Amino acid sequence: MSTNATVENLVPIFIMGKRYEVPETFTIMKAMEHTGYKFLRGCGCRGGVCGACSAVYRKAGDYHIRSGLACQTVVEPDMYLAQLPFYPALRQVYDYATTEAAAAAVFALYPELFRCVACNACTKICPMEVQVMDYVAALKRGDILQAAEQSFDCIQCGLCASRCMGELPQYHIAQVARRLAGGKLKPRAQHLADMLAAIQTGRFGDALADLRRADKDRLRTLYEQRELEPEMTGEEWRPQATVGL
Amino acid sequence: MRIAYYPGCTLKLTAQNLEAAALASLRALGLVVEELPRWNCCGAVASLAEDDLLHQVAPVRDLVRAAERGADRLLTLCAPCYNTLARANRLMAEDEEKRKTINLFMEEEPDYAGQVKVVHLLDFLRDDLGFEALATKVVRPLTGLKVAPYYGCMLLRPKRVAIEEHPTLLHRLLAALGAETVDFPAMTDCCGAYQILGHEAMALDASAAILRSATRRGAQALVTSCPLCDYNLGARQPDLRDRHGDLPELPVYYFTQLLALALGCAPEALRLDLSPPGCRRLLAERGAIAAAT
Repeated sequence: MSTNATVENLVPIFIMGKRYEVPETFTIMKAMEHTGYKFLRGCGCRGGVCGACSAVYRKAGDYHIRSGLACQTVVEPDMYLAQLPFYPALRQVYDYATTEAAAAAVFALYPELFRCVACNACTKICPMEVQVMDYVAALKRGDILQAAEQSFDCIQCGLCASRCMGELPQYHIAQVARRLAGGKLKPRAQHLADMLAAIQTGRFGDALADLRRADKDRLRTLYEQRELEPEMTGEEWRPQATVGL
Repeated sequence: MRIAYYPGCTLKLTAQNLEAAALASLRALGLVVEELPRWNCCGAVASLAEDDLLHQVAPVRDLVRAAERGADRLLTLCAPCYNTLARANRLMAEDEEKRKTINLFMEEEPDYAGQVKVVHLLDFLRDDLGFEALATKVVRPLTGLKVAPYYGCMLLRPKRVAIEEHPTLLHRLLAALGAETVDFPAMTDCCGAYQILGHEAMALDASAAILRSATRRGAQALVTSCPLCDYNLGARQPDLRDRHGDLPELPVYYFTQLLALALGCAPEALRLDLSPPGCRRLLAERGAIAAAT
């Protein structure tokens, strides 16, 4: 194998105003680490899920502020960037059990909702393309279900809050909406309750005891023969195996 | 001709009776309106500062939403929403410099120049149906009911967004429904509006003067199109009578509730559960609805 590794094309980027040259295929996070930054926090999952590594940047000659997750966004030439891993936002403490899933409860927790002037800066900065301003508007009219639905993709990176002139902690408010919607407004899943009851009454006891007794070879066989749901299948798919069911 | 319907936040919260009765009435009249799939708070009150463009963004965004649906009119029920949207619309149509600034700020939206007409249900009924035609659709006339048509501020002021120059539309609507309209001097006075929060006594006195003016002329009921007037004149009547003990109780309805009743809509559509108890009582006494509805 050749020791002459191919030198990748380098592009200039500006991290907090200072110019560096980094390989063009790097993400913002890799580029920052390449230039010597070390992330002890604010790097999270590195898989585009956790929302810990939001970054803001501008492109050369463009006044728009753009955003992306540092672990997912590939650098561009002459990008001006900084990572913004945390942005302070008020998160209210409340008792879930006694909090009513009603507009008044959300208003009482977050009266700053009504400081929204529909400027839309939150939606424009969202790296997940959540319609942030729209779910704030939905909450202002008491539509918790719609707010929960519209904020579903939120990864709570906090960029919305960083841009808000009304100082709203949008992502915390949306979480209240999703919790109230999920636990108190949406229909309960009956099959989950049925299955829990089945487990509690020992329906799977024999099958589990059988597994506990099994030796390594038998476990391997069972594992290899396990039935998987096909990747493409309709809702009518049911497993052949009926162990315990 | 496409009409986009803009409800406004209050109609989804405390004034659900205003909306429910209006939508039931429109269905009964065969006038189909479609709620905007996306909309935000209109801003609730129009900003009075000439250079405060930021507070024009919310209503303009709603107008953009209507325009992008291909609507040429935006229908409102709530008088303050009507007022706020209509004023923002005039600004966008008439002030080129401010229009440019607002459009530039809202660059993620298509440019807007005031092309959607903001209408209120009252002028919508006048123009798209006519009160004579409305009268022929009445199946449960409000014969003998003396109703004070209360216009308040938001439908008439400022003049450039008034639904009409001189207040007649509520009169004509009530007449079409078979009611006896009661003229009263305070029909365009202010109820005290948001002053109920900061200057409660002053607002209660303003509302009391309106109710007194209507009852002196023999009104048995009063109608409004404004959730805030409804609150000050209706929901706050017990507090108001604490200060003005000689004032008799006067049921305050949304005009849409009496419209729905006269058009024969199901009594549930009036959502009288959200109105003060006197509203149900009066209609039950007249036999217009069952006492328990």
